Amino acid sequence: MSQLCAVIGIGQTKYATKRDDLSIAGLVREAAQRALEDAGLTWKDIDAVVLGKAPDTFEGVMMPELYLADALGAAGKPMFRVHTAGSVGGSTANVAAHLVQAGVHERVLTVAFEKQSESDAMWALSPKYPFQPPLLAGAGGYFAPLVRSYIRRAGAPADVGIQVAVKDRLHALKNPYAHLQMPEISTEMVKASPMLWDPIRYLETCPSSDGACAMVLGNEQAARKAANKPAWVRGTSMRSEPAMFAGRDQVLPRAGRECAADVYKQAGVTNPRKQIDVAEIYVPFSWFEPMWLENLGFAEPNEGWKMTASGATALGGELPINPSGGVLSSNPIGASGMIRFAEAALQVRGQAGAHQVDGARMAMGHAYGGASQFFSMWMVSSDRP
Amino acid sequence: MSTPRDVAIVSFAQRPAVRAERQADDTEMLLPVLTEAIARSGIAKKDLGFTCSGSCDYLIGRPFSFVSALDAVGAWPPISESHVEMDGAFALYEAWVRLQHGDIDSALVYSFGKSSLGNLREVMVMQLDPYVLAPLWPDSIALAALQARALIDSGRASERDMAEVAARSRRSALANANAHVKGDFDVDQLLREPHLVAPLRKHDCPPISDGAAAIVLAAGDLARKVCARPAWIRGIDHRIEPHSPGARDLTRSSSTKIAGQKAGVAEADIDVAELHAPFSHQEIILRDALGLGASVDVNPSGGALGANPMMVAGLTRFGEAASRIIDGRARRAVAHATSGPCLQQNLVAVLEAR
Repeated sequence: MSQLCAVIGIGQTKYATKRDDLSIAGLVREAAQRALEDAGLTWKDIDAVVLGKAPDTFEGVMMPELYLADALGAAGKPMFRVHTAGSVGGSTANVAAHLVQAGVHERVLTVAFEKQSESDAMWALSPKYPFQPPLLAGAGGYFAPLVRSYIRRAGAPADVGIQVAVKDRLHALKNPYAHLQMPEISTEMVKASPMLWDPIRYLETCPSSDGACAMVLGNEQAARKAANKPAWVRGTSMRSEPAMFAGRDQVLPRAGRECAADVYKQAGVTNPRKQIDVAEIYVPFSWFEPMWLENLGFAEPNEGWKMTASGATALGGELPINPSGGVLSSNPIGASGMIRFAEAALQVRGQAGAHQVDGARMAMGHAYGGASQFFSMWMVSSDRP
Repeated sequence: MSTPRDVAIVSFAQRPAVRAERQADDTEMLLPVLTEAIARSGIAKKDLGFTCSGSCDYLIGRPFSFVSALDAVGAWPPISESHVEMDGAFALYEAWVRLQHGDIDSALVYSFGKSSLGNLREVMVMQLDPYVLAPLWPDSIALAALQARALIDSGRASERDMAEVAARSRRSALANANAHVKGDFDVDQLLREPHLVAPLRKHDCPPISDGAAAIVLAAGDLARKVCARPAWIRGIDHRIEPHSPGARDLTRSSSTKIAGQKAGVAEADIDVAELHAPFSHQEIILRDALGLGASVDVNPSGGALGANPMMVAGLTRFGEAASRIIDGRARRAVAHATSGPCLQQNLVAVLEAR
């Protein structure tokens, strides 16, 4: 049966438009080295490496785990590569956790990255598939109609997205790793930014970032010996559904709902809004905050925007969402999910610095990808299960 | 690790490999294969606890090729699912790990690859270190030739040994309806052919193939219930080596050796080995690394020299090895998959009847 698994080391790079000071190998190594230092371990203490990233076309390197084996100290060890679209950073952490929970390894290094400055992710995400409607210009072209549908269904006022955009950029000011540092951010500024994909404005979208995130996961014995307080993994789950079929609800996808129900059950959470102290959820376009609040059961259907509008999701509110600044402030796509998972762990370890949620004991990490169809989530807590 | 939970391969299906599949796209290639594997497993689709697939975007030349492939699974209601940008054999490894948790009892594993869509020799260059190796454009056959040359120079194999591997594999493939390069070839005649990239001749190289394959895994009592003679995974492990060919002894496969030891190859009395050796000389290196004796029947399916759909050929080795256990032709088998230039990464499992 399952063994306990804990996050015992976390490392992040500074996220930026272009990390031209580092090669791809240098980028992943910076995050991995920091995770090892946090765990009080060296490369030789690691049993296996699990790497995740979004499409290989972003950097133009096919199956880059092969080339990165050396930089990640994997020679002679197992090296594994996960790719589940935008949810990949989360799925990668889950796959690494499973290796520990299954008792296969004692300490696993997991890393996710994207070096988007190597290409143009928006156009890499705009392929023409035969016999399928085009994605149009980037992910925003796909998701804007879903946002419009949400606004109509929920009767949400037009400015809720702007509120999220401002809130997450204010959070980012408290996170030194965050890409966007915009002290001048304001409602007027977001409102005045160009409309890209109606109703999504320029400042309501995520940036394109270079960056990597790494974690060391360990079993109970490794957690006992770790240099810093562990974050215990209380639940992991992945769910997928097809991209397109008649009648599919893409605003409130069933896969997301069932994935959340699965991790809550594992973590013993029956009332997520009360029992979860902080959540890092994947919000690449501002309106996805209220949409996911509903999908994750933090709010009733069509009520998520009210929770956002009330200020409940800001730092100091009832349930802070994305105190790190979220995907709206840093988006190395393949790493974005793992950053959510790692930030959730930082919170329950009490290591989140200026964006720490006081007394956080139970936290959620969430990621999604594809046409709102791939979900990965985990729950972490300060208390040993 | 603690004693792993008993997990077995209970069914396998594959699409006959072809040089170029022009009628079906990835999803259409997969659908009949998945249907067949699931039907043969005796487990209802809705009862499969986990699904994991392997594929590579660079074959089709666009991102997210696995997304539309999911349509072949019919993932509704939503399923617990994951994907690796690796050969399907590694997806099988992830599913095996997932089954160790004990909360689910079965998993579907599949992979697909259309190598015909681009110039494969050149596409594979994109897999190399983008700063110092890829800019030199050493294509996949050139790198394999470098390895073959090193092996010949070490005195452990000759061009004749390599031709013998090729002739035996193509002869074995005659009995395999899913292989597409086969025939009865005379070694002396093969050796009279010109080199393609010295010391490799055409017969030393794998075909370019399109294909798809699927396997169903089941644990413990469920495996015993649905399959009269499940192919139990006695041990499984994978390892990687440094990337640069210059940083390795290309004549040995140290990663296969470690993975073979961890999987327990030496302790098992092996009848059959399905080795994922795309080039003839690589079979010689792999046999050596695994310590397989002369009595072991290597690649009775014809191996990757008979059909080599990228991302599928490794999973097919698992399926071919398991099939021989399931149908009673073998008692214990080695299944192997490789990835990366010159056997950089290797996965080894020992399968057995009980």
